[in-house]
Amino acid sequence: MSGLARPFTALGDPRSGPPQPLRERGQCEVFCGLSSIVWLHRKMHDAFFLVVGSRTCAHLLQSAAGVMIFAEPRFATAILQERDLAGMADCNEELDRVVERLLERRPDIRTLFLVGSCPSEVIKLDLHKAAERQTLAQGGRVKVLAFSGSGIETTFTQGEDRCVAALVPELPVLPRGGRNLLVVGTLADLVQDQLERLFRSLGVGPVHFLPGVDSRGLPPLGDGTSVLFAQPFFSESSGLLEARGARLLTAPFPFGVEGTRGWLGAAARDFGVAEQRLAEVTAAPAARAERAIARYRETLAGRRVSFLPDSQLEIPLARFLARECGMQLLEVGTPYLDRRMLGPELDALPPVLRLSEGQDVDRQIERLRRDRPDLTVCGLGLANPLEAEGLATKWSIELVFTPTQGFEQAGDLAELFARPLLRQARLKV
Amino acid sequence: MQLSVWTYEGPPHIGAMRVAASMEGVHCVLHAPQGDTYADLLFTMIERRNRRPPVTYTTFKARDLGSDTAELVKETVRAAQSRFNPRLMLVGESCTAELIQDQAGALAESLGLPCTLVPLELSAYSRQESWGASETFYQVVRRVLAPQVPAPGTPRPARVTGSRPSANLLGPTALGFHCRDDVTEVTRLLESVGVEVNVVAPLGADPEAIARVPRADFNCCLYPEVALTTTAWLERHFKQPQVRTVPIGVGATRDFLREIGALTGIDVEPAIAAQGSRLPWYSRSVDSTYLTGKRVFIFGDGTHSVAAARIATEELGFEVVGIGTYCREMAREVRAAAALWGVEPLITDDYLEVEAQVAELRPELVLGTQMERHIAKRLGIPCAVIAAPFHVQDCPARYAPQMGFEGANVIFDTWVHPLMMGLEEHLLTMFRGDFEFHDAAAPSHLQHGTPERLGPGDRDEARAARLTPRPTQGPEQGGAAVAWTLDAERELKRIPFFVRGKARRNTELFAQERGIQTIDLETLYDAKAHFGR
Repeated sequence: MSGLARPFTALGDPRSGPPQPLRERGQCEVFCGLSSIVWLHRKMHDAFFLVVGSRTCAHLLQSAAGVMIFAEPRFATAILQERDLAGMADCNEELDRVVERLLERRPDIRTLFLVGSCPSEVIKLDLHKAAERQTLAQGGRVKVLAFSGSGIETTFTQGEDRCVAALVPELPVLPRGGRNLLVVGTLADLVQDQLERLFRSLGVGPVHFLPGVDSRGLPPLGDGTSVLFAQPFFSESSGLLEARGARLLTAPFPFGVEGTRGWLGAAARDFGVAEQRLAEVTAAPAARAERAIARYRETLAGRRVSFLPDSQLEIPLARFLARECGMQLLEVGTPYLDRRMLGPELDALPPVLRLSEGQDVDRQIERLRRDRPDLTVCGLGLANPLEAEGLATKWSIELVFTPTQGFEQAGDLAELFARPLLRQARLKV
Repeated sequence: MQLSVWTYEGPPHIGAMRVAASMEGVHCVLHAPQGDTYADLLFTMIERRNRRPPVTYTTFKARDLGSDTAELVKETVRAAQSRFNPRLMLVGESCTAELIQDQAGALAESLGLPCTLVPLELSAYSRQESWGASETFYQVVRRVLAPQVPAPGTPRPARVTGSRPSANLLGPTALGFHCRDDVTEVTRLLESVGVEVNVVAPLGADPEAIARVPRADFNCCLYPEVALTTTAWLERHFKQPQVRTVPIGVGATRDFLREIGALTGIDVEPAIAAQGSRLPWYSRSVDSTYLTGKRVFIFGDGTHSVAAARIATEELGFEVVGIGTYCREMAREVRAAAALWGVEPLITDDYLEVEAQVAELRPELVLGTQMERHIAKRLGIPCAVIAAPFHVQDCPARYAPQMGFEGANVIFDTWVHPLMMGLEEHLLTMFRGDFEFHDAAAPSHLQHGTPERLGPGDRDEARAARLTPRPTQGPEQGGAAVAWTLDAERELKRIPFFVRGKARRNTELFAQERGIQTIDLETLYDAKAHFGR
């Protein structure tokens, strides 16, 4: 396994420093934070997401997500109209009316999120105030919270960061002397159960997950809380969690064998678990994951991959593809580079031709045409045009929706990248 | 503020993008935040286009709002012009940019670009996608043809003797419902009567083609949602007549050809007699008897809804029980159709209102959009899709026009397929107690339509529960409850499940109106006699 030459235990070794990224400021071909609602509403079973925005917001949610499989989803849009903007109608009164109608229709809802959008931000509609007012009006039946998923402030997965940030103040206080591990970031229920079992075997706990299925049973937070992030896009939440006394653990993200082992290891060390015990608990699932990855390594090793900025998972995934699947990294683009969140990942990232932050999509596509990678990881808007130019692609949105974290999903994760290449080889038309 | 669960149309700038993406040599710059770039995937994923739509976004961020977004617009327009070198540029704004009032169109005009520039004002908070497409197409045509507009009162020059009459096909766009194949079909149809196609626009047209539009003898307004404003302007200023009949359905296709005949003096009757569609015979063949009087609910854009109502009644023998549209611009046409077929029109873009209407009317077939497909699925009613919003299934690999005689064939298959087949329906009626024809046994050709499995017997109740309006809406529930005798209940269960809900409701209504407290066999059959089928 040459890809595993430098183990994660070497993390934090002084190096010449992470590579300097190419900073781009042009057209950004990425979703806005509202897109996070697509998976947040599936995770939080008693929550409803009401976007306060324009017809564009409503259109984005239904077309970008392909979520029309749900007959009546737990999200909707309060569409601002001319009379709201011209001052003929009081936006706050209108919003209260819409919320009332909505909650009447859906008595099963326990938490309602008012989600800010570009237009609501520009007209400075105070949704936090509205949320407080509506919580009071509901007399404790429904908790109304607010966060912004606007495209002028958030990129794609950052919507989840803002949603979690809105939940943090709601978390009950962990009593003094108490201790818990808080895993932050949406995980598929299946993955969550697997990780819970591993933590139990390690003797780490109690473990809580945020966001969870039941929005009324929020986990406690305090001085005795250690926070482990499941994804790297929680810049705002991390500050709020720290402000409430929680300790943020430094770890790689649980993609692939190394990432998962490093991630579990950070929690284990924090809870005083012996290295020996960590090795014992992770040995079998790690070996299984390595076998699962090996099947796809054949297809992936030596192939050249580029990432276009999208979900903020680019750097951990590039690390996994290079170190565990033997792929060669050309350009790795990311919407923004949070060095604090991504420190261990950047340290472990093998040589990359080009690291880029932000986007100027036309210039990036020009570079892509010059590089001609074997595989390009990109957003949905660009995939077919690139395929038409003979560049195999993997849509990045699938990497956000599919269970990919942990040992048992490491093979599935490799398969997601191998599939376009296998398909390309298979087709003779 | 409008509560929207699903939206039928996108915002107006999506309409502008559809026109831009339809044309060659055109590029569009939108002043819009980064999230608005999602719209590219409508073209590349849903329509499977192999290139990006010709659209550049300014993708301004919150930090730009403090500085100079106007400068960003100018930079973006200049950069897009030099990179893509279009012959015509559209410059507009999405909803958020409209609020910050940079006047992107006016800014672009100040740049003195070396190409034709069409600034767009898209009214994001009062208008929607179809209007945006119509407005953009109209502005493009007006701008390109401005130098050619004749002085008022100038008569239209006569066609050169000996040359064939020609027509423009106006309205087809990217993301339009089956537009790609409609253009091919209508072109063939015109050829069959000796009319040449001069220009098709916006789909496939470049600015030079737009400049040739006035040369045609007349315009076919194929999709009034997109083209009517333009064809009306051409008629006014260029005295270019327009054919208003939209050739969807056999009758409408014949009328379309006759309208052309009247305009050009061509005898179109031989072509009408020669060009058959299979629809008339299939509809007259005895196996179609079971279609008689099937109650259909129609909802879609204006053009397809109006056309569907005529086909449903005159060509398939259905009964229209409701018709509506989400296109406010087409409300007049749909109201007229509703009056013609004697039903109440439903003009709304509120999905919940449409859902309530379908639940109330309980049709046997829904002809609608992808949204109505969901409503119908929930209510257990067969459904066929007749109009946009565009879905990946509306762009099939095969040739599947909606217009012309071939379109009528496609429509016959598409609408009849979701229904229980004739013989199967008879068998179900005859052997309703048979162990293999129980309610949960779906017809063999409709596996995908099999509703969720339920235990025997509780299905009707579950269906009824789902059909029952939610507690907050239901004055019906508070009314005097009518009891059923065991005999009557048992007899009700022997009525085929797809009409059982209606039978139950009608019988209860019948009983309530007559003050009958308990429904027995007599009441059941009295009600059956009263209501008919």
